[in-house]
Amino acid sequence: MTSPPNTLISTRDLQVGFAIRKGPFSKGLLKAVDGISIDIPKGAFLGVVGESGSGKTTLGRALLQAVPVTGGSATYDDGEVRYDLGQLKGAALKEYRSRAQLIFQDPYAALSPRMTVRDIIAEPLEVMGLTKSRAETDARVREVAATCRLNLEHLRRFPHAFSGGQRQRISIARALVCGPRFVIADEAVAALDVSIQADILNLLKQLQRDLGITFLFISHDLSVVAHTCDHVAVMYLGRIVESAPTRALFRAPRHPYTRALFSAIPSLDPDDRGRAQVLSGEIPSPTNQPSGCTFHPRCPFATERCKREAPQAEKGADGHMVSCHHWRELAAAPDAIRQAEPAE
Amino acid sequence: MSLLTVENLTLQFRTDEGLITAVDDISFTLDRGEVMGLVGESGSGKSVTAKALMMLNAGNAIYGPESRITLHLEDGDVDVLACKRPREMRVVRGGAISMIFQEPMASFAPAMTIGSQMVEQLLIHTDLSRAQAKALSVEMLDRVGISDASARFNQYAFELSGGMRQRAMIAMALSTKPRLLIADEPTTALDVTIQAQVIQLMQELVKDFGMGIIFITHDLGVVAQTADKVAVMYLGRMVEKGPVRAVLRGPAHPYTQGLIDALPKLDDLDAPLRPVPGDIPSPLERPSGCVFHTRCARALVDTCRTAVPQWSNAGPDHRVACHLNTGETCA
Repeated sequence: MTSPPNTLISTRDLQVGFAIRKGPFSKGLLKAVDGISIDIPKGAFLGVVGESGSGKTTLGRALLQAVPVTGGSATYDDGEVRYDLGQLKGAALKEYRSRAQLIFQDPYAALSPRMTVRDIIAEPLEVMGLTKSRAETDARVREVAATCRLNLEHLRRFPHAFSGGQRQRISIARALVCGPRFVIADEAVAALDVSIQADILNLLKQLQRDLGITFLFISHDLSVVAHTCDHVAVMYLGRIVESAPTRALFRAPRHPYTRALFSAIPSLDPDDRGRAQVLSGEIPSPTNQPSGCTFHPRCPFATERCKREAPQAEKGADGHMVSCHHWRELAAAPDAIRQAEPAE
Repeated sequence: MSLLTVENLTLQFRTDEGLITAVDDISFTLDRGEVMGLVGESGSGKSVTAKALMMLNAGNAIYGPESRITLHLEDGDVDVLACKRPREMRVVRGGAISMIFQEPMASFAPAMTIGSQMVEQLLIHTDLSRAQAKALSVEMLDRVGISDASARFNQYAFELSGGMRQRAMIAMALSTKPRLLIADEPTTALDVTIQAQVIQLMQELVKDFGMGIIFITHDLGVVAQTADKVAVMYLGRMVEKGPVRAVLRGPAHPYTQGLIDALPKLDDLDAPLRPVPGDIPSPLERPSGCVFHTRCARALVDTCRTAVPQWSNAGPDHRVACHLNTGETCA
């Protein structure tokens, strides 16, 4: 399988496992990411959604080579350099760090309270030795601060003087200062109030447009993803169960899990109560994965086949990928989802 | 039938940086069996208000002289702010009022089993024997949808998943049959799928138990799904209150409108996201006049900066504290 031209990140059967102790003498492997094949085009804004424990964060970390890849391959190719992320070490890894960056979830924990905002933003430049003089560093910091709509007077202050939204803008400025091509935003707005959240989302979109940065946007909030991402991948227990262009996905979700996630979003209409198709149970532990389709114990439509046989990913010409044995039948009878009883 | 009356509640904290006003002159009532959503950003004073109802605020809290919180129980009224001795406090802490906290991991003691914590509070607040308390606890765990309740009873909080813990928390809060339940962001730390389960559970429990609920959240969707009426807070002041349909469909305060506009909506993906401009001011620098004027696009240059807006009518039972509202002024 070759990836289409213009692909920045490409993974094939990517796996990340963590060794765990199951008993005094037995060791196990926790598969946090279990066979992900995905192509991220240059300049894309790809959303990854799923419940906690679905492996979203681990996927992001694997693409930054922040956790070791245990199987499959992941490549980065921006036209200038090409890296095999599984083999990256030493100087090449350091060089890759200036091309791929991360924005953290909690802007209160991500900034050192003992450094000024200027020092926080300048640190990546100094560590990577990207600038030659202090004056050059300062100029670059001021430029990035302006891009992220930070007041230049704020650069001399310490993080405690800022609100959550401002801190997240500082955190974004730090990620951008070394001029990355690829930025992973891991729950970047989850800790923010709604009134501020929209501001940060608009800023990220603007960076995608103006600087051509490719974003991997990890979130558990579907309505946020719907508004910012061009393409969305839905993860469950370390696998991508559905991925499609945002509009197609939200207009006609195919996987029962995606449908359940959508219907669980609380509606703003008070007369729309009880509409949610409540998904029974919780996401199983990755150490004890169900057989066949891993979603079958919670799926209202699961059949014997789902318990035995893992579904293959089916990709349509429209770029809509789903891995479910029964998505065609479900698409034909969309209302069945409300009446169906969960399988015992 | 009124259950709770809060009048002119003002609450300040004495800190090293000076006196911080956390809650500024708010009043509301709650009836039996009524669910009130208390909405606002972080720093708006929602949690401090809730904690005041149980006298749980830290020792540096100063209540305003006009503040009154009255709990109307079958055997007479309780003046909450006058409770001083631990024995009196028991009525409001776990007796007539229970609270569900945001972070279920942090609110269970890690070294005690779920069951022993449930039994302990029942022994304090009820006349049940230990065996009866255990039976009731297991029944409550079962009632909130925890499978194999008698086994879970002997487990520790860390052995349960987030959703389970929050269910156990709800079971524990309801086992003393409180008249008033305060739920402080009970679903914020949960996934949407688990949140939907907890919301559905709470809707059922309101029907069965009939207690009043104050539901604190920043998520307007959760309010729409659970509450009968809504109060919106900003920087310690209440800016709008009314029935949930009236407030969410016809928000009268620019802040409430801003909150609704800032929400990403699934039915219109082309609608641009409109943030409320600016940041929430530091509590040390409270704006004069209307506290929202620094972020309000429609603020009047003089009036909003100098005069504190009075409550005025925006519809039946729907009140707003904004100078722009043209309805008649009310108390």
